[in-house]
Amino acid sequence: MYAQMVKTGVEHIRSKDEMSPEERAFQDRIDADIKIEPKEWMPEAYRKTLIRQISQHAHSEIIGMQPEGNWITRAPTLERKAILLAKVQDEAGHGLYLYCAAETLGVSRDELLEQLNSGKAKYSSIFNYPTLTWADIGAIGWLVDGAAIMNQVPLQRCSYGPYSRAMIRICKEESFHQRQGYDAMTKLARGTPEQKQMAQDALNRWWWPSLMMFGPSDADSVHSAQSMRWKIKINSNDELRQKFVDQTVPQAEYLGLTVPDPDLKWNAERGHYDFGAIDWDEFYQVIAGNGPCNRQRLRTRVKAYEEGQWVRDAADAYAAKKAARAQVKAA
Amino acid sequence: MNAQDALVEYLLRLGDNALILGHRLSEWCGHSPALEEDLALSNVALDLIGQTQLWLNLAGEVEGRGRDADKLAYLRDARDFRNVLLVEQPNGDFAATMARQFYFDAWHYLLLHGLTGSTDPRIAEIAAKGLKEVTYHLERSQEWVLRLGDGTEESHRRMQSAVDDLWMYTGELFEGDEVDQVMVRDGIGPDPATLHEPWLGLVRATIEEATLTLPQPGWAQKGGKRGIHSEHLGYILADLQFLQRAYPNATW
Repeated sequence: MYAQMVKTGVEHIRSKDEMSPEERAFQDRIDADIKIEPKEWMPEAYRKTLIRQISQHAHSEIIGMQPEGNWITRAPTLERKAILLAKVQDEAGHGLYLYCAAETLGVSRDELLEQLNSGKAKYSSIFNYPTLTWADIGAIGWLVDGAAIMNQVPLQRCSYGPYSRAMIRICKEESFHQRQGYDAMTKLARGTPEQKQMAQDALNRWWWPSLMMFGPSDADSVHSAQSMRWKIKINSNDELRQKFVDQTVPQAEYLGLTVPDPDLKWNAERGHYDFGAIDWDEFYQVIAGNGPCNRQRLRTRVKAYEEGQWVRDAADAYAAKKAARAQVKAA
Repeated sequence: MNAQDALVEYLLRLGDNALILGHRLSEWCGHSPALEEDLALSNVALDLIGQTQLWLNLAGEVEGRGRDADKLAYLRDARDFRNVLLVEQPNGDFAATMARQFYFDAWHYLLLHGLTGSTDPRIAEIAAKGLKEVTYHLERSQEWVLRLGDGTEESHRRMQSAVDDLWMYTGELFEGDEVDQVMVRDGIGPDPATLHEPWLGLVRATIEEATLTLPQPGWAQKGGKRGIHSEHLGYILADLQFLQRAYPNATW
């Protein structure tokens, strides 16, 4: 997911009897599906967890611009180029809404970017994989955006007002991206033998990392239980992953592509697909900074930020001069 | 030169300017100084890609050899590109990108304004649509020239060197040739020389307000309109055309 394994700082879930009166009132509001707004009282752990979750999501959008941006100058037609550029632009927009949502919790965009640039903040593991061919752009739209939507659609109902509203906007655009990605894959799958092979190769490389996006099973995680209690996480990782597999396998079949999992089969009794074991060792390595592109992604981000410093400084200096002149004029 | 060949040539110039500058701006996406700029630069690039499609599709239609905008963009070599040298110049730092944009926008605005009165209704229509977009592009690049020129000492220095470095590519914008003569004769487009004075007025006012110094008139680099480009264009095309060249006749 765009936010993976978010810690809540709690060690056990407290019953209502153990809560302070304020905290109990807060939990009652959440239980009644009343949105929490920025100025209201909230437990410190809720605020901090939300900052972690929303900023991880924002950072993922920003870092996610890189693997797709890698193909903007090489898109194969003017229309594909415009679609891809608009998509990457939307991601910058999502990053902005999400940083704004995080700012309502009392943290600044600069502080969050500093955490990203220093390597302290995490972003989704998926964006540490390289985009090697044009088909990867289709695969990202189809699989990665498809996986993101699984998580984000329920989050539209999350308990924190600004986050919920950001999700509503983002989901509309993400589902559009997912359709465009699938459309690009369809063109390849129905194209020349080379194009079809390109599409299959992209599916082979992106399938397992996409399943990892949902994070390891959190059935026994106290953090997940707490986040679900707070309604900032709606479904378990395994539930969402299963839903994604069930939705995506028929789409792959329709394209005539093979999902790279020999253990994949329909289980009529469960009414779901069974699928093979995920290589969690790989996932933990990528999270720890050892994915194929972790260093490159961060370096690129830091470079853009540092090289832009003089521009941001100039804009601030100019705005200050302009304001001072307006004041002199008014006086 | 017959009227049809001249018109195709003229439309290729319009389309190629938009294509190559849009391409350059798209290189910034994800690397710009702030998220707001990633959004804004992409917006301008998207407008230019849209204008490219309109101009080049019309060029292909007038040419009548079955080439559409994609075929023209992806399957011509550098010598057949007709954009001015200014738009293919590398992005450099943000000041260089904004100086290039400002010089171009000021000219593009005046040109499209002239083209809205074209005797060819297809051209007048595309120009009117483009003019709305370019009016905003010009406001934006003007604003950045002011911010950077009148910002900090460092931004002032960078902006001055950007307007100086790119100055020699502006002369080509106002240089007419036999294609332009046919356009003027048939009432299709304005005489490029007539755009110089209003352009200079616009540029001078902004540069002075930005506390910068207007470069002295000097030698003008030219050739782009006739297909004699800088070395940069070949690399742009290597990226742009890679897939179409590597997988001929595939659809995407």
